[in-house]
Amino acid sequence: MRKAVAVQEVANAQSAGALPAARFVIAERIRPYLYIAPALLFFAVFFFFPIAYVIYLSFHDWSLLNLEEIEWVGLDNFAALWEDADFRQVLANTFMYTLATVGLGIVIAFFLALWLNRRARVYGLVQAAVFSPHIVSLVSVAMLWMWLMDPQYGLLNALLEFVGLPAYTWLTDTKSALVSLIVVSLWKGVGYNTVVFIAGLQSIPRDIYEAAALDRSPWWRTLVSITVPMLSPTLFFLLVINTISSFQVFDTIYIMTQGGPVNSTNMLVFYIYEQGMDFYNGGIASAASVVLLGMVGLLTLLHFRLMGKRVHYR
Amino acid sequence: MARVILKQVTKTFHSQTVVKGLDLVIPDGSFTVLVGPSGCGKSTTLRMIAGLESVTDGEILIGDQPVNHLPPGKRDVAMVFQNYALYPTMNVYDNIAFGLRNRGYSKKDCRTMVEEIAEVVGLTPYLKRKPSELSGGQRQRVALARAMVKKPQVFLMDEPLSNLDAKLRNQMRVELTSLHKRLGTTFIYVTHDQVEAMTMGDQIVVMSEGTIMQVAPPMELYREPANLFVAQFIGSPAMNVVPADGRAEHLWGFRPEMAVLLPGGASADPAEAAWSLGGTIVSREILGSDALYHVETERGRVVVKAETETMAEIGARVLVSVPLAHIHVFDRATGKRLGRLEGRTRNHSLAGGVV
Repeated sequence: MRKAVAVQEVANAQSAGALPAARFVIAERIRPYLYIAPALLFFAVFFFFPIAYVIYLSFHDWSLLNLEEIEWVGLDNFAALWEDADFRQVLANTFMYTLATVGLGIVIAFFLALWLNRRARVYGLVQAAVFSPHIVSLVSVAMLWMWLMDPQYGLLNALLEFVGLPAYTWLTDTKSALVSLIVVSLWKGVGYNTVVFIAGLQSIPRDIYEAAALDRSPWWRTLVSITVPMLSPTLFFLLVINTISSFQVFDTIYIMTQGGPVNSTNMLVFYIYEQGMDFYNGGIASAASVVLLGMVGLLTLLHFRLMGKRVHYR
Repeated sequence: MARVILKQVTKTFHSQTVVKGLDLVIPDGSFTVLVGPSGCGKSTTLRMIAGLESVTDGEILIGDQPVNHLPPGKRDVAMVFQNYALYPTMNVYDNIAFGLRNRGYSKKDCRTMVEEIAEVVGLTPYLKRKPSELSGGQRQRVALARAMVKKPQVFLMDEPLSNLDAKLRNQMRVELTSLHKRLGTTFIYVTHDQVEAMTMGDQIVVMSEGTIMQVAPPMELYREPANLFVAQFIGSPAMNVVPADGRAEHLWGFRPEMAVLLPGGASADPAEAAWSLGGTIVSREILGSDALYHVETERGRVVVKAETETMAEIGARVLVSVPLAHIHVFDRATGKRLGRLEGRTRNHSLAGGVV
């Protein structure tokens, strides 16, 4: 009898001991998620939810004027976008703008960085001057360039006239307005790219160039075979960042052209704004937002797929 | 192969002269080591020979041709850098072939030459690898192969072993000296490590503060140092220097391995012409077969290298005995070595009477 009681006590003790152990395992499993929960919550509320919600809204017909009425329309908004000639032009404008600002922005900045990557004080001053547009408000930049590009009173046309060239139409002509916006974007963005390139150049060890000099490498081969590959992480970073920001251009269009003349400078984000805020086509605006998201995502993915393997990380 | 001549070579950086009028002849086919403490101007001298630094004043001749105004690639020299300076984005093959392509060799010739040299330095299995995928020793070999494949007149090496661990460094030291024997090319090697200099060089140039202190073969530097700086820089541990007996304008120097440690009560062997100095052992470093004894004497602290079997204890009174033939006499003011005490009469007022 006494023996049976003792066995029961041992069994009870074991089961009592097993319960805290199980709890401990569960707590250990949950613990990492608890650590990242605040950040995850932040991302969920401010990033994932808006993305999911805009995708949801893109399948509905709705307007900011009456948020109560929201009607499921399936892919109608996307079909309407596809059939809209204005939207196709918006897409073409956006691609053209992105190609020019990213391509030229990176090439100009690269050569500027090569030139400015020296120790003398004057180069430091030029670096600061080139970078300064980046820290100026885009609204001020747009206002400044509107004045510079004014057909009658603008400084640029005055300069053209001074050297005996005919005045240029700048923002007032469908053929030149997009080019003018590209010029403004380059002026604003090249400084940032240049500084990033200079930082990249300065991280390349000097003795590699010395080894190349001893190897009789001509300057262009040193540039192509050493500098560019060594700068590939910088190049890749700038390519991705510039592509995304070019796709999202809005401020300069809003202030300088309002998408005109004749839709010639209208681009995706401004189109979304127009559709949502001016024409109260919430569904179309949401569908265009999804198109923007898809295109930026796809391009970024393409960059990673095509260029990612060639990037040399030290 | 070529000899290298430096005539009054001077280098000034921002009004600070780091190399002061060097006159030096580096014989054809020699393994010349420039050695000295950090900041003595040895690397700057090497870089001036390579053409990576301009010469402020003076002239450099490689193979009797003035090269001051020739760019590095036209001087027919190859250099191995301290951290190898391999092209990180290229694989081993391209690293070695890069210089050949720039010299206009055909693709086929490049392949033959790279494969040959890779075989010599044992890199054949690694030709497709990037430098980041290689060990320190393998990178070192790539750097060597890149230099060797160009078949230069002069090899320049700027502390090429300093990034390797002790074992690999010893191995590479042997490999470099045998490589030099095989190629017979002029090697100019910079190091701050006097052991490296002594074991590798057949001519050593000891530098200090931008000037040459002495140029000599290793054993001559050890046995007949020209001045106090060389005496104390070459040899490990450094030469002991104490005030001379009787003449305040002189200093005496003796190497720790030339001194003998005797028990405090003993007296020096009267048959041998030796000078003795009493003192107390203050510390002991056991190196294995030998031990270093730091002895505090009335002339200052001296180090004696003795066999471990001697095993004197810390705190023991001892007699440091140095044969007169191994005592070097230096001028206190100039640091210049005047000769040895060999043959001089022993100073009886000190011998055996210290302890």
